[in-house]
Amino acid sequence: MNIQIKKFYYGDIPEENTGGTGNTEKSSGELSWPLWEVFIRSKQGLDHKHAGSLRAADAEMAVENARDVYTRRQEGVSIWVVESKHVHASNPDDAEMFYEPASDKIYRHPTFYDLPDELKHM
Amino acid sequence: MKNENLINGVLHIADTALILGQRNAAWCAHGPILEQDIAITNITLDLIGQARNFYQYAALLINETENKNETEDSLAFLRNERDFKNLLICELPNGDWAQTILRQFFFSSFQQLMYQEMIKSSDSQISAIAAKSIKETNYHVKWSSEWVIRLGDGSDESNQRMKNAIEYLWQYTGEFFIAAEYEFVDVAALKNEWLEKVKSIFDEATLSMPENTFMQTGGKTGVHTEHLGFILPEMQSLQRNFPGAEW
Repeated sequence: MNIQIKKFYYGDIPEENTGGTGNTEKSSGELSWPLWEVFIRSKQGLDHKHAGSLRAADAEMAVENARDVYTRRQEGVSIWVVESKHVHASNPDDAEMFYEPASDKIYRHPTFYDLPDELKHM
Repeated sequence: MKNENLINGVLHIADTALILGQRNAAWCAHGPILEQDIAITNITLDLIGQARNFYQYAALLINETENKNETEDSLAFLRNERDFKNLLICELPNGDWAQTILRQFFFSSFQQLMYQEMIKSSDSQISAIAAKSIKETNYHVKWSSEWVIRLGDGSDESNQRMKNAIEYLWQYTGEFFIAAEYEFVDVAALKNEWLEKVKSIFDEATLSMPENTFMQTGGKTGVHTEHLGFILPEMQSLQRNFPGAEW
């Protein structure tokens, strides 16, 4: 079996490489399982956080693979998986117009208010 | 002597878990896909962990009864083939993935029922180890059942491989339910429930229950297949060559 390993940066997954049910017939004849993104909640009350990705034939297998790969060291109490092809990411080429305009607008941070002394934990 | 039966019963369960763990461990870095490679080796570690708990208890019982100095390591690494009481199915070669996951399914489904009985034991050690272990085994059953369904109801190739695995392994399942004189679980009583479980998964997997009824026996009394004689030297070689070696 000819397995290609290629590194993708987070948020940078090209659609033709994300597997998925509509994408099982590749020109190379290589059949591979769809790629899934895994989100783990480390404890009750916290958010699910992106843990990594893995391959699985279906959603149930993806949850179990995530359990076996990402929670072996008690990392979590809840798992979400979503097929990578359903994730839409911003384009790194747009970084300039997307993110840089915010850099000189520090007034958007709520740091210009005088807080009463009674208010704690801000 | 009552204690001797208890010791042998505990060793039988420990040996079974250890040998299957040793077999599954050979999949490490050879699994069909990275995620499943980790899954089968997780199961391996669960089984070896269970074996350790039972060996520790057996060592305690032996040392109390016979004034010896056994440890979990001496029981695992310094006993001979005829002393091992593991089920035969655990020592069989891994074969292909179908054979490995079917063996896991047959065994884990049985082990789950056995632990359910052991939890009710009046022996607090046995009850506690079983209660801890069954959580792991419940997952092994779920994981292996889904693989049986996936391959049985998959392609012509995977279906044929499952049929080959059933043909080979079925004759080793009867041993589960033929009690040795030392066994403290009434294993014969678990047979119907096990058959129902297998049938329900096989139905979903479009596989038929085998008709053949000849069953291999011997593992529980130390009469093994030719395979155990190759597993033990490999598994025990370090402790045999360097007695007392530690990490």
